[in-house]
Amino acid sequence: MFSYCVDPKTLEGLMWLSCYVTTTKHMSFYYSFFVVMGLLSLAAPLAMAFGFAGATAARSSLKIVRALGKGYLAMIRGIPDIVFFLFIPIALDQAFEYLRHKVLCSDVTEAVRQGNDFVVCAAAKLPLNTASEWVHDIYGFSLALLAFGFVFGAFAGNVLSGAMAAVPKAQIETGEAYGFSSSQIFRRILIPQMWIYALPGLSNLWMILIKATPLLFLLGIEDIVYWAKELGGIKTGVYEYPHPDWRAWYFGVLMIFYLSLTYLSQSVLDKLSTRLSKGQATMAGKAV
Amino acid sequence: MSSCFQTLSDYGLRSIGYGERLLPKADITLCEQFVLIGSGMIWNIYFAILALLFGFFFATVLALGKNSKLFLLNAPCRAFIFIFRGSPLFIQFFFAYDLFVLLPRLGVDIDLGFLVVTVETRWLTKAWLGALIVLFFNTSAYAGEIFYGALRAVPSQDLESADAFGFTGIKKFRRIIWPTMLRLAWPSYTNEAIFMFHATTLVFFTGFPAWQQKGDAIYYASYFADKTFNPFVPYPIVGFYFILLTLFIIGLFGLINRQLNKHLPTNERKRLKINKYNLMR
Repeated sequence: MFSYCVDPKTLEGLMWLSCYVTTTKHMSFYYSFFVVMGLLSLAAPLAMAFGFAGATAARSSLKIVRALGKGYLAMIRGIPDIVFFLFIPIALDQAFEYLRHKVLCSDVTEAVRQGNDFVVCAAAKLPLNTASEWVHDIYGFSLALLAFGFVFGAFAGNVLSGAMAAVPKAQIETGEAYGFSSSQIFRRILIPQMWIYALPGLSNLWMILIKATPLLFLLGIEDIVYWAKELGGIKTGVYEYPHPDWRAWYFGVLMIFYLSLTYLSQSVLDKLSTRLSKGQATMAGKAV
Repeated sequence: MSSCFQTLSDYGLRSIGYGERLLPKADITLCEQFVLIGSGMIWNIYFAILALLFGFFFATVLALGKNSKLFLLNAPCRAFIFIFRGSPLFIQFFFAYDLFVLLPRLGVDIDLGFLVVTVETRWLTKAWLGALIVLFFNTSAYAGEIFYGALRAVPSQDLESADAFGFTGIKKFRRIIWPTMLRLAWPSYTNEAIFMFHATTLVFFTGFPAWQQKGDAIYYASYFADKTFNPFVPYPIVGFYFILLTLFIIGLFGLINRQLNKHLPTNERKRLKINKYNLMR
Protein backbone atom coordinates (compact mmCIF):
# COMPACT_ATOMS: atom_id res chain seq x y z
CA MET A 1 0.00 0.00 0.00
CA PHE A 2 2.57 2.52 1.14
CA SER A 3 6.00 2.84 -0.39
CA TYR A 4 7.79 2.16 2.91
CA CYS A 5 6.05 -1.22 3.25
CA VAL A 6 8.51 -3.02 0.98
CA ASP A 7 10.40 -4.65 3.83
CA PRO A 8 8.03 -5.04 6.83
CA LYS A 9 10.70 -6.72 9.00
CA THR A 10 12.49 -3.42 9.41
CA LEU A 11 9.39 -1.50 10.50
CA GLU A 12 8.18 -0.82 14.01
CA GLY A 13 5.24 0.65 15.89
CA LEU A 14 2.67 2.66 13.97
CA MET A 15 4.54 2.30 10.68
CA TRP A 16 4.39 -1.47 11.03
CA LEU A 17 0.71 -1.34 11.94
CA SER A 18 -0.17 0.91 9.00
CA CYS A 19 1.49 -1.57 6.65
CA TYR A 20 -0.04 -4.56 8.45
CA VAL A 21 -3.64 -3.36 8.15
CA THR A 22 -3.27 -2.56 4.46
CA THR A 23 -2.02 -5.91 3.16
CA THR A 24 -3.96 -7.51 0.30
CA LYS A 25 -5.44 -10.04 2.71
CA HIS A 26 -6.72 -7.27 4.93
CA MET A 27 -8.24 -5.63 1.87
CA SER A 28 -10.13 -8.88 1.25
CA PHE A 29 -11.23 -8.74 4.91
CA TYR A 30 -12.60 -5.21 4.47
CA TYR A 31 -14.21 -6.23 1.20
CA SER A 32 -16.03 -9.08 2.98
CA PHE A 33 -17.86 -6.49 5.12
CA PHE A 34 -19.43 -5.28 1.88
CA VAL A 35 -20.36 -8.87 1.07
CA VAL A 36 -22.26 -8.97 4.37
CA MET A 37 -24.03 -5.70 3.59
CA GLY A 38 -24.78 -6.98 0.09
CA LEU A 39 -26.26 -10.14 1.51
CA LEU A 40 -28.41 -8.10 3.93
CA SER A 41 -29.74 -5.82 1.21
CA LEU A 42 -30.56 -8.72 -1.13
CA ALA A 43 -31.82 -11.19 1.46
CA ALA A 44 -34.30 -8.76 3.04
CA PRO A 45 -36.45 -8.22 -0.09
CA LEU A 46 -36.11 -11.88 -1.07
CA ALA A 47 -37.30 -12.96 2.37
CA MET A 48 -40.22 -10.52 2.13
CA ALA A 49 -41.21 -12.05 -1.21
CA PHE A 50 -41.01 -15.60 0.17
CA GLY A 51 -42.85 -14.53 3.31
CA PHE A 52 -45.56 -12.76 1.39
CA ALA A 53 -46.09 -15.81 -0.79
CA GLY A 54 -46.18 -18.04 2.30
CA ALA A 55 -48.61 -15.85 4.22
CA THR A 56 -50.89 -15.49 1.21
CA ALA A 57 -50.80 -19.23 0.58
CA ALA A 58 -51.70 -19.89 4.23
CA ARG A 59 -54.92 -17.88 3.70
CA SER A 60 -55.78 -19.48 0.37
CA SER A 61 -59.20 -21.04 -0.18
CA LEU A 62 -57.59 -24.05 -1.86
CA LYS A 63 -56.88 -26.72 0.73
CA ILE A 64 -53.60 -27.96 -0.77
CA VAL A 65 -52.15 -24.47 -1.15
CA ARG A 66 -53.24 -23.61 2.38
CA ALA A 67 -51.59 -26.74 3.80
CA LEU A 68 -48.37 -26.00 1.94
CA GLY A 69 -48.35 -22.39 3.13
CA LYS A 70 -49.06 -23.34 6.74
CA GLY A 71 -46.46 -26.08 6.64
CA TYR A 72 -43.87 -23.64 5.36
CA LEU A 73 -44.64 -21.13 8.11
CA ALA A 74 -44.72 -23.77 10.86
CA MET A 75 -41.58 -25.68 9.96
CA ILE A 76 -39.19 -22.89 10.93
CA ARG A 77 -40.58 -22.93 14.46
CA GLY A 78 -39.77 -26.60 14.96
CA ILE A 79 -36.46 -27.04 13.16
CA PRO A 80 -33.30 -25.00 13.87
CA ASP A 81 -32.46 -22.58 11.07
CA ILE A 82 -28.90 -23.95 10.87
CA VAL A 83 -30.33 -27.22 9.56
CA PHE A 84 -31.83 -25.31 6.65
CA PHE A 85 -28.66 -23.33 6.05
CA LEU A 86 -26.70 -26.56 5.75
CA PHE A 87 -29.36 -28.43 3.84
CA ILE A 88 -30.72 -25.98 1.27
CA PRO A 89 -27.55 -25.00 -0.63
CA ILE A 90 -26.36 -28.57 -1.14
CA ALA A 91 -29.87 -29.85 -1.85
CA LEU A 92 -30.47 -27.09 -4.41
CA ASP A 93 -27.08 -27.70 -5.98
CA GLN A 94 -27.81 -31.41 -6.38
CA ALA A 95 -31.32 -30.72 -7.67
CA PHE A 96 -30.04 -28.29 -10.34
CA GLU A 97 -27.28 -30.66 -11.43
CA TYR A 98 -29.69 -33.59 -11.52
CA LEU A 99 -32.12 -31.69 -13.74
CA ARG A 100 -29.36 -30.50 -16.06
CA HIS A 101 -27.99 -34.03 -16.19
CA LYS A 102 -31.39 -35.37 -17.27
CA VAL A 103 -31.77 -32.72 -19.96
CA LEU A 104 -28.22 -32.29 -21.24
CA CYS A 105 -26.91 -35.84 -21.00
CA SER A 106 -29.97 -37.95 -21.73
CA ASP A 107 -27.75 -40.57 -23.38
CA VAL A 108 -25.99 -41.43 -20.09
CA THR A 109 -27.81 -44.40 -18.59
CA GLU A 110 -25.93 -44.86 -15.30
CA ALA A 111 -27.70 -43.78 -12.13
CA VAL A 112 -26.77 -40.38 -10.73
CA ARG A 113 -26.52 -41.69 -7.18
CA GLN A 114 -23.96 -44.50 -7.09
CA GLY A 115 -23.46 -45.57 -3.51
CA ASN A 116 -21.87 -42.61 -1.79
CA ASP A 117 -21.27 -40.69 -4.99
CA PHE A 118 -23.31 -38.17 -6.86
CA VAL A 119 -22.24 -38.44 -10.48
CA VAL A 120 -23.41 -36.13 -13.20
CA CYS A 121 -21.84 -35.67 -16.60
CA ALA A 122 -19.32 -32.86 -17.08
CA ALA A 123 -21.75 -30.71 -19.07
CA ALA A 124 -24.28 -30.76 -16.20
CA LYS A 125 -21.85 -29.55 -13.54
CA LEU A 126 -22.73 -26.26 -11.91
CA PRO A 127 -20.75 -24.13 -12.40
CA LEU A 128 -18.90 -25.77 -15.29
CA ASN A 129 -15.38 -26.97 -14.53
CA THR A 130 -14.10 -24.51 -17.09
CA ALA A 131 -15.85 -21.55 -15.49
CA SER A 132 -13.69 -18.87 -13.97
CA GLU A 133 -13.25 -18.21 -10.26
CA TRP A 134 -15.81 -15.43 -9.99
CA VAL A 135 -18.57 -17.61 -11.46
CA HIS A 136 -17.98 -20.10 -8.66
CA ASP A 137 -18.11 -17.28 -6.12
CA ILE A 138 -21.33 -15.87 -7.52
CA TYR A 139 -22.92 -19.32 -7.68
CA GLY A 140 -22.01 -20.10 -4.05
CA PHE A 141 -23.26 -16.71 -2.94
CA SER A 142 -26.55 -17.15 -4.80
CA LEU A 143 -27.19 -20.52 -3.16
CA ALA A 144 -26.49 -18.96 0.24
CA LEU A 145 -28.79 -16.09 -0.61
CA LEU A 146 -31.59 -18.51 -1.54
CA ALA A 147 -31.12 -20.31 1.78
CA PHE A 148 -31.39 -17.01 3.65
CA GLY A 149 -34.44 -16.03 1.60
CA PHE A 150 -36.12 -19.34 2.32
CA VAL A 151 -35.46 -19.38 6.08
CA PHE A 152 -36.20 -15.72 6.70
CA GLY A 153 -39.15 -15.93 4.32
CA ALA A 154 -40.70 -18.41 6.74
CA PHE A 155 -40.08 -16.01 9.65
CA ALA A 156 -41.48 -13.09 7.66
CA GLY A 157 -44.44 -15.21 6.62
CA ASN A 158 -45.27 -15.75 10.30
CA VAL A 159 -45.08 -12.01 10.94
CA LEU A 160 -47.19 -11.11 7.89
CA SER A 161 -49.85 -13.74 8.51
CA GLY A 162 -50.12 -12.52 12.11
CA ALA A 163 -50.47 -8.96 10.84
CA MET A 164 -53.11 -9.96 8.28
CA ALA A 165 -55.08 -11.65 11.03
CA ALA A 166 -54.82 -8.51 13.17
CA VAL A 167 -56.55 -6.26 10.63
CA PRO A 168 -59.99 -5.56 12.15
CA LYS A 169 -62.68 -7.86 10.75
CA ALA A 170 -65.07 -4.91 10.44
CA GLN A 171 -62.91 -3.36 7.73
CA ILE A 172 -63.03 -6.52 5.63
CA GLU A 173 -66.79 -6.74 6.14
CA THR A 174 -67.19 -3.12 5.07
CA GLY A 175 -65.34 -3.99 1.89
CA GLU A 176 -67.68 -6.91 1.30
CA ALA A 177 -70.70 -4.68 1.93
CA TYR A 178 -69.45 -2.33 -0.77
CA GLY A 179 -69.30 -5.23 -3.19
CA PHE A 180 -65.50 -5.60 -3.35
CA SER A 181 -64.31 -8.90 -4.75
CA SER A 182 -62.03 -10.98 -2.55
CA SER A 183 -58.94 -9.98 -4.53
CA GLN A 184 -59.95 -6.32 -4.27
CA ILE A 185 -60.36 -6.66 -0.52
CA PHE A 186 -56.94 -8.27 -0.35
CA ARG A 187 -55.27 -5.54 -2.39
CA ARG A 188 -57.14 -2.44 -1.29
CA ILE A 189 -57.92 -3.15 2.38
CA LEU A 190 -55.91 -5.99 3.86
CA ILE A 191 -52.47 -5.16 2.48
CA PRO A 192 -52.48 -1.39 3.17
CA GLN A 193 -53.86 -1.94 6.68
CA MET A 194 -51.55 -4.69 7.82
CA TRP A 195 -48.22 -2.85 7.75
CA ILE A 196 -48.61 -1.11 11.09
CA TYR A 197 -49.30 -4.47 12.74
CA ALA A 198 -46.40 -6.07 10.92
CA LEU A 199 -43.86 -3.39 11.78
CA PRO A 200 -42.75 -4.58 15.26
CA GLY A 201 -42.30 -8.14 13.98
CA LEU A 202 -40.51 -7.03 10.84
CA SER A 203 -38.13 -4.77 12.80
CA ASN A 204 -37.34 -7.69 15.03
CA LEU A 205 -36.80 -9.86 11.98
CA TRP A 206 -34.37 -7.35 10.52
CA MET A 207 -32.32 -7.60 13.72
CA ILE A 208 -32.40 -11.40 13.53
CA LEU A 209 -31.31 -11.21 9.91
CA ILE A 210 -28.34 -9.01 10.81
CA LYS A 211 -27.33 -11.46 13.52
CA ALA A 212 -27.65 -14.41 11.13
CA THR A 213 -25.23 -13.04 8.53
CA PRO A 214 -22.09 -14.65 10.06
CA LEU A 215 -23.69 -18.01 9.22
CA LEU A 216 -22.42 -17.34 5.68
CA PHE A 217 -19.22 -18.88 7.03
CA LEU A 218 -20.97 -22.24 7.39
CA LEU A 219 -21.83 -22.12 3.70
CA GLY A 220 -18.19 -21.98 2.71
CA ILE A 221 -18.16 -18.34 1.73
CA GLU A 222 -15.09 -16.23 2.48
CA ASP A 223 -16.94 -13.86 4.76
CA ILE A 224 -15.83 -11.76 7.73
CA VAL A 225 -15.67 -14.80 10.04
CA TYR A 226 -13.44 -16.63 7.59
CA TRP A 227 -11.04 -13.71 7.32
CA ALA A 228 -11.04 -13.05 11.07
CA LYS A 229 -10.01 -16.67 11.67
CA GLU A 230 -7.50 -16.55 8.84
CA LEU A 231 -5.85 -13.26 9.71
CA GLY A 232 -6.00 -13.67 13.48
CA GLY A 233 -4.31 -17.05 13.66
CA ILE A 234 -0.70 -17.30 14.85
CA LYS A 235 1.75 -16.12 12.18
CA THR A 236 5.24 -17.51 12.59
CA GLY A 237 8.44 -15.89 11.38
CA VAL A 238 7.90 -17.37 7.93
CA TYR A 239 5.22 -14.77 7.34
CA GLU A 240 5.87 -11.19 6.41
CA TYR A 241 4.03 -9.91 9.45
CA PRO A 242 4.55 -12.41 12.27
CA HIS A 243 2.29 -12.08 15.33
CA PRO A 244 0.87 -14.27 18.13
CA ASP A 245 -2.73 -15.51 18.28
CA TRP A 246 -4.80 -12.40 17.61
CA ARG A 247 -8.11 -14.08 16.85
CA ALA A 248 -9.76 -12.68 19.98
CA TRP A 249 -8.93 -9.16 18.73
CA TYR A 250 -10.36 -9.83 15.29
CA PHE A 251 -13.54 -11.30 16.71
CA GLY A 252 -13.70 -8.37 19.11
CA VAL A 253 -13.77 -6.10 16.05
CA LEU A 254 -16.60 -8.17 14.60
CA MET A 255 -18.50 -7.88 17.90
CA ILE A 256 -18.18 -4.10 17.72
CA PHE A 257 -19.23 -4.08 14.06
CA TYR A 258 -22.39 -6.04 14.81
CA LEU A 259 -23.20 -4.10 17.97
CA SER A 260 -23.03 -0.80 16.09
CA LEU A 261 -25.08 -2.22 13.23
CA THR A 262 -27.86 -3.42 15.53
CA TYR A 263 -27.72 -0.23 17.60
CA LEU A 264 -28.02 1.93 14.49
CA SER A 265 -30.86 -0.20 13.10
CA GLN A 266 -32.71 -0.04 16.38
CA SER A 267 -32.66 3.73 16.53
CA VAL A 268 -33.79 4.05 12.89
CA LEU A 269 -36.59 1.52 13.44
CA ASP A 270 -37.75 3.30 16.60
CA LYS A 271 -38.04 6.55 14.65
CA LEU A 272 -39.89 4.79 11.84
CA SER A 273 -42.32 3.24 14.27
CA THR A 274 -43.09 6.63 15.84
CA ARG A 275 -43.69 8.12 12.40
CA LEU A 276 -45.95 5.27 11.22
CA SER A 277 -47.94 5.40 14.46
CA LYS A 278 -48.95 9.01 13.81
CA GLY A 279 -52.68 9.28 13.37
CA GLN A 280 -53.30 5.58 14.07
CA ALA A 281 -56.02 4.64 16.51
CA THR A 282 -53.53 3.05 18.90
CA MET A 283 -52.00 4.06 22.19
CA ALA A 284 -48.78 5.06 20.43
CA GLY A 285 -50.75 7.03 17.85
CA LYS A 286 -52.69 8.96 20.48
CA ALA A 287 -49.54 9.85 22.35
CA VAL A 288 -48.11 11.85 19.46
CA MET B 1 -33.89 -55.40 12.87
CA SER B 2 -31.60 -57.18 15.31
CA SER B 3 -28.66 -55.43 13.65
CA CYS B 4 -30.37 -52.15 14.43
CA PHE B 5 -30.42 -53.08 18.13
CA GLN B 6 -26.73 -53.82 17.76
CA THR B 7 -26.25 -50.35 16.25
CA LEU B 8 -28.21 -48.87 19.11
CA SER B 9 -25.93 -50.45 21.70
CA ASP B 10 -22.84 -49.51 19.66
CA TYR B 11 -23.70 -45.89 18.95
CA GLY B 12 -26.55 -44.96 21.30
CA LEU B 13 -24.20 -43.21 23.72
CA ARG B 14 -21.40 -42.53 21.24
CA SER B 15 -21.71 -38.78 21.62
CA ILE B 16 -20.65 -39.00 25.28
CA GLY B 17 -17.90 -41.50 24.62
CA TYR B 18 -19.44 -44.93 25.27
CA GLY B 19 -19.63 -47.74 22.74
CA GLU B 20 -17.95 -48.11 19.39
CA ARG B 21 -15.02 -45.74 18.91
CA LEU B 22 -14.97 -45.47 15.12
CA LEU B 23 -17.87 -43.81 13.35
CA PRO B 24 -19.46 -45.74 10.48
CA LYS B 25 -17.53 -44.97 7.29
CA ALA B 26 -18.89 -47.07 4.44
CA ASP B 27 -22.31 -48.62 3.76
CA ILE B 28 -23.99 -46.26 6.18
CA THR B 29 -27.46 -47.52 7.05
CA LEU B 30 -30.54 -45.49 7.87
CA CYS B 31 -30.50 -47.03 11.33
CA GLU B 32 -26.95 -45.82 11.98
CA GLN B 33 -27.92 -42.31 10.96
CA PHE B 34 -30.98 -42.34 13.21
CA VAL B 35 -29.09 -43.71 16.20
CA LEU B 36 -26.00 -41.54 15.95
CA ILE B 37 -27.90 -38.31 15.32
CA GLY B 38 -30.20 -39.20 18.21
CA SER B 39 -27.12 -39.79 20.33
CA GLY B 40 -25.92 -36.30 19.42
CA MET B 41 -29.19 -34.87 20.71
CA ILE B 42 -27.88 -35.63 24.22
CA TRP B 43 -25.52 -32.67 23.83
CA ASN B 44 -28.23 -30.34 22.53
CA ILE B 45 -30.43 -31.22 25.47
CA TYR B 46 -27.56 -30.93 27.94
CA PHE B 47 -26.58 -27.45 26.73
CA ALA B 48 -30.12 -26.12 26.54
CA ILE B 49 -31.37 -27.45 29.86
CA LEU B 50 -28.40 -26.25 31.91
CA ALA B 51 -28.23 -22.88 30.14
CA LEU B 52 -31.97 -22.32 30.61
CA LEU B 53 -31.89 -23.46 34.23
CA PHE B 54 -29.04 -21.17 35.31
CA GLY B 55 -30.17 -18.48 32.88
CA PHE B 56 -33.63 -18.32 34.41
CA PHE B 57 -32.27 -17.08 37.74
CA PHE B 58 -29.62 -14.81 36.28
CA ALA B 59 -32.26 -13.30 33.96
CA THR B 60 -34.41 -12.42 36.98
CA VAL B 61 -31.42 -10.66 38.53
CA LEU B 62 -30.70 -8.82 35.27
CA ALA B 63 -34.32 -7.73 34.91
CA LEU B 64 -34.39 -6.38 38.47
CA GLY B 65 -31.04 -4.71 37.91
CA LYS B 66 -32.17 -3.06 34.70
CA ASN B 67 -35.30 -1.87 36.48
CA SER B 68 -33.31 -0.42 39.37
CA LYS B 69 -33.09 3.33 39.86
CA LEU B 70 -29.48 3.07 40.99
CA PHE B 71 -27.18 3.83 38.08
CA LEU B 72 -24.52 1.56 39.53
CA LEU B 73 -26.93 -1.37 39.30
CA ASN B 74 -28.79 -0.62 36.11
CA ALA B 75 -25.85 0.41 33.89
CA PRO B 76 -24.01 -2.95 34.01
CA CYS B 77 -27.25 -4.87 33.53
CA ARG B 78 -28.21 -2.72 30.55
CA ALA B 79 -24.74 -3.14 29.05
CA PHE B 80 -24.79 -6.92 29.55
CA ILE B 81 -28.20 -7.27 27.91
CA PHE B 82 -27.21 -4.97 25.05
CA ILE B 83 -23.96 -6.79 24.31
CA PHE B 84 -25.45 -10.26 24.28
CA ARG B 85 -28.64 -9.32 22.44
CA GLY B 86 -26.96 -6.98 19.99
CA SER B 87 -24.32 -9.32 18.60
CA PRO B 88 -24.66 -12.69 16.87
CA LEU B 89 -24.36 -15.77 19.07
CA PHE B 90 -22.10 -17.27 16.41
CA ILE B 91 -19.55 -14.46 16.89
CA GLN B 92 -19.93 -14.68 20.66
CA PHE B 93 -18.86 -18.33 20.51
CA PHE B 94 -15.77 -17.53 18.45
CA PHE B 95 -14.87 -14.53 20.59
CA ALA B 96 -15.30 -16.40 23.87
CA TYR B 97 -13.35 -19.43 22.66
CA ASP B 98 -10.44 -17.30 21.48
CA LEU B 99 -10.41 -15.45 24.80
CA PHE B 100 -10.50 -18.71 26.76
CA VAL B 101 -7.58 -20.05 24.74
CA LEU B 102 -5.50 -17.04 25.74
CA LEU B 103 -6.08 -17.64 29.46
CA PRO B 104 -3.09 -18.96 31.38
CA ARG B 105 -3.42 -22.65 32.14
CA LEU B 106 -4.11 -22.79 35.83
CA GLY B 107 -5.61 -25.31 38.21
CA VAL B 108 -7.42 -24.44 41.40
CA ASP B 109 -8.09 -27.14 43.98
CA ILE B 110 -11.55 -27.02 45.46
CA ASP B 111 -12.07 -29.12 48.57
CA LEU B 112 -15.59 -30.53 48.59
CA GLY B 113 -15.00 -32.32 51.91
CA PHE B 114 -15.25 -35.83 50.54
CA LEU B 115 -13.08 -35.24 47.48
CA VAL B 116 -10.82 -32.61 46.01
CA VAL B 117 -11.68 -31.32 42.55
CA THR B 118 -9.07 -29.50 40.52
CA VAL B 119 -10.84 -26.80 38.58
CA GLU B 120 -8.75 -26.00 35.54
CA THR B 121 -9.01 -23.01 33.24
CA ARG B 122 -8.32 -25.48 30.43
CA TRP B 123 -11.92 -26.68 30.81
CA LEU B 124 -13.13 -23.37 29.45
CA THR B 125 -11.79 -24.26 26.03
CA LYS B 126 -13.89 -27.44 26.03
CA ALA B 127 -17.41 -27.26 24.67
CA TRP B 128 -19.06 -28.74 27.77
CA LEU B 129 -18.06 -25.74 29.87
CA GLY B 130 -17.00 -22.94 27.52
CA ALA B 131 -19.94 -23.18 25.15
CA LEU B 132 -22.29 -23.70 28.07
CA ILE B 133 -21.15 -20.42 29.62
CA VAL B 134 -21.71 -18.54 26.35
CA LEU B 135 -25.18 -20.05 25.97
CA PHE B 136 -25.93 -19.27 29.62
CA PHE B 137 -24.98 -15.61 29.22
CA ASN B 138 -26.86 -15.39 25.93
CA THR B 139 -30.12 -16.81 27.19
CA SER B 140 -29.83 -14.74 30.39
CA ALA B 141 -29.66 -11.57 28.31
CA TYR B 142 -32.64 -12.46 26.12
CA ALA B 143 -34.73 -13.74 29.03
CA GLY B 144 -33.61 -10.75 31.12
CA GLU B 145 -35.06 -8.39 28.53
CA ILE B 146 -38.30 -10.42 28.43
CA PHE B 147 -38.56 -10.39 32.23
CA TYR B 148 -37.76 -6.68 32.31
CA GLY B 149 -40.63 -5.98 29.90
CA ALA B 150 -42.95 -8.10 32.03
CA LEU B 151 -41.76 -6.43 35.23
CA ARG B 152 -42.70 -3.05 33.81
CA ALA B 153 -46.13 -4.45 32.90
CA VAL B 154 -47.03 -5.69 36.39
CA PRO B 155 -50.33 -3.87 37.15
CA SER B 156 -49.93 -1.05 39.65
CA GLN B 157 -53.08 -2.19 41.49
CA ASP B 158 -51.30 -5.43 42.40
CA LEU B 159 -48.51 -3.44 43.98
CA GLU B 160 -50.94 -1.17 45.80
CA SER B 161 -52.83 -4.15 47.21
CA ALA B 162 -49.54 -5.66 48.31
CA ASP B 163 -48.70 -2.43 50.15
CA ALA B 164 -52.18 -2.34 51.69
CA PHE B 165 -51.69 -5.86 53.05
CA GLY B 166 -48.33 -4.90 54.51
CA PHE B 167 -46.12 -6.85 52.14
CA THR B 168 -42.63 -5.42 51.92
CA GLY B 169 -39.20 -6.21 50.54
CA ILE B 170 -38.40 -9.80 49.65
CA LYS B 171 -41.84 -11.02 50.61
CA LYS B 172 -43.57 -8.53 48.31
CA PHE B 173 -41.30 -9.54 45.47
CA ARG B 174 -41.58 -13.30 45.99
CA ARG B 175 -45.33 -13.46 46.59
CA ILE B 176 -46.68 -10.66 44.39
CA ILE B 177 -44.31 -9.24 41.78
CA TRP B 178 -42.39 -12.33 40.71
CA PRO B 179 -45.39 -14.62 40.00
CA THR B 180 -47.15 -11.91 37.99
CA MET B 181 -43.97 -11.09 36.11
CA LEU B 182 -43.51 -14.76 35.21
CA ARG B 183 -47.14 -15.11 34.16
CA LEU B 184 -46.88 -12.14 31.82
CA ALA B 185 -43.50 -13.19 30.44
CA TRP B 186 -44.31 -16.86 29.99
CA PRO B 187 -45.41 -16.95 26.30
CA SER B 188 -42.32 -15.02 25.24
CA TYR B 189 -40.12 -17.06 27.54
CA THR B 190 -41.43 -20.25 25.94
CA ASN B 191 -40.37 -18.84 22.60
CA GLU B 192 -36.93 -18.08 24.01
CA ALA B 193 -36.61 -21.63 25.36
CA ILE B 194 -37.42 -23.07 21.92
CA PHE B 195 -34.87 -20.82 20.26
CA MET B 196 -32.31 -21.73 22.91
CA PHE B 197 -32.66 -25.41 22.03
CA HIS B 198 -32.22 -24.48 18.38
CA ALA B 199 -29.21 -22.29 19.14
CA THR B 200 -27.33 -25.22 20.68
CA THR B 201 -26.79 -26.55 17.15
CA LEU B 202 -24.21 -23.79 16.60
CA VAL B 203 -21.76 -24.98 19.26
CA PHE B 204 -19.68 -27.43 17.25
CA PHE B 205 -19.51 -25.21 14.18
CA THR B 206 -17.60 -22.57 16.07
CA GLY B 207 -14.15 -22.68 17.66
CA PHE B 208 -15.13 -25.33 20.17
CA PRO B 209 -13.74 -28.62 18.89
CA ALA B 210 -15.70 -31.88 19.02
CA TRP B 211 -13.17 -33.94 20.95
CA GLN B 212 -12.89 -37.57 19.72
CA GLN B 213 -15.84 -36.90 17.41
CA LYS B 214 -18.18 -36.49 20.35
CA GLY B 215 -20.56 -33.99 18.84
CA ASP B 216 -24.18 -32.91 18.81
CA ALA B 217 -26.97 -33.96 16.47
CA ILE B 218 -26.08 -31.61 13.66
CA TYR B 219 -22.40 -32.47 13.94
CA TYR B 220 -23.22 -36.08 13.09
CA ALA B 221 -25.77 -35.03 10.47
CA SER B 222 -23.20 -32.99 8.60
CA TYR B 223 -20.72 -35.85 9.01
CA PHE B 224 -23.19 -38.19 7.28
CA ALA B 225 -24.02 -35.60 4.62
CA ASP B 226 -20.30 -35.32 3.86
CA LYS B 227 -19.72 -39.07 3.81
CA THR B 228 -22.78 -40.13 1.79
CA PHE B 229 -22.97 -36.93 -0.22
CA ASN B 230 -26.70 -37.16 0.31
CA PRO B 231 -28.23 -34.34 2.38
CA PHE B 232 -31.76 -35.67 1.94
CA VAL B 233 -31.49 -38.24 4.74
CA PRO B 234 -29.51 -36.86 7.72
CA TYR B 235 -30.93 -33.33 7.79
CA PRO B 236 -34.58 -34.42 7.77
CA ILE B 237 -33.66 -36.76 10.66
CA VAL B 238 -32.32 -33.81 12.67
CA GLY B 239 -35.48 -31.92 11.75
CA PHE B 240 -37.58 -34.81 13.01
CA TYR B 241 -35.80 -34.93 16.38
CA PHE B 242 -36.07 -31.18 16.85
CA ILE B 243 -39.77 -31.10 15.97
CA LEU B 244 -40.34 -33.74 18.67
CA LEU B 245 -38.29 -31.72 21.13
CA THR B 246 -40.10 -28.48 20.27
CA LEU B 247 -43.49 -30.13 20.76
CA PHE B 248 -42.29 -31.46 24.11
CA ILE B 249 -41.15 -27.99 25.24
CA ILE B 250 -44.46 -26.43 24.18
CA GLY B 251 -46.30 -29.14 26.14
CA LEU B 252 -44.16 -28.72 29.25
CA PHE B 253 -44.27 -24.92 29.21
CA GLY B 254 -48.02 -25.11 28.60
CA LEU B 255 -48.38 -27.09 31.84
CA ILE B 256 -46.33 -24.53 33.76
CA ASN B 257 -48.39 -21.79 32.16
CA ARG B 258 -51.55 -23.42 33.50
CA GLN B 259 -49.98 -23.49 36.95
CA LEU B 260 -49.07 -19.81 36.71
CA ASN B 261 -52.59 -18.86 35.64
CA LYS B 262 -54.59 -21.07 37.97
CA HIS B 263 -55.48 -18.38 40.51
CA LEU B 264 -57.26 -16.33 37.85
CA PRO B 265 -60.99 -16.62 37.19
CA THR B 266 -61.61 -19.05 34.34
CA ASN B 267 -62.53 -16.42 31.79
CA GLU B 268 -59.28 -14.54 32.36
CA ARG B 269 -57.03 -17.56 32.13
CA LYS B 270 -54.93 -17.51 29.04
CA ARG B 271 -53.93 -20.62 27.21
CA LEU B 272 -50.30 -20.62 26.19
CA LYS B 273 -50.40 -19.17 22.74
CA ILE B 274 -47.03 -18.59 21.19
CA ASN B 275 -47.17 -15.18 19.69
CA LYS B 276 -46.45 -15.80 16.06
CA TYR B 277 -45.49 -12.35 14.96
CA ASN B 278 -43.41 -11.33 17.89
CA LEU B 279 -40.18 -13.22 17.43
CA MET B 280 -38.01 -12.83 20.44
CA ARG B 281 -34.59 -13.26 18.92
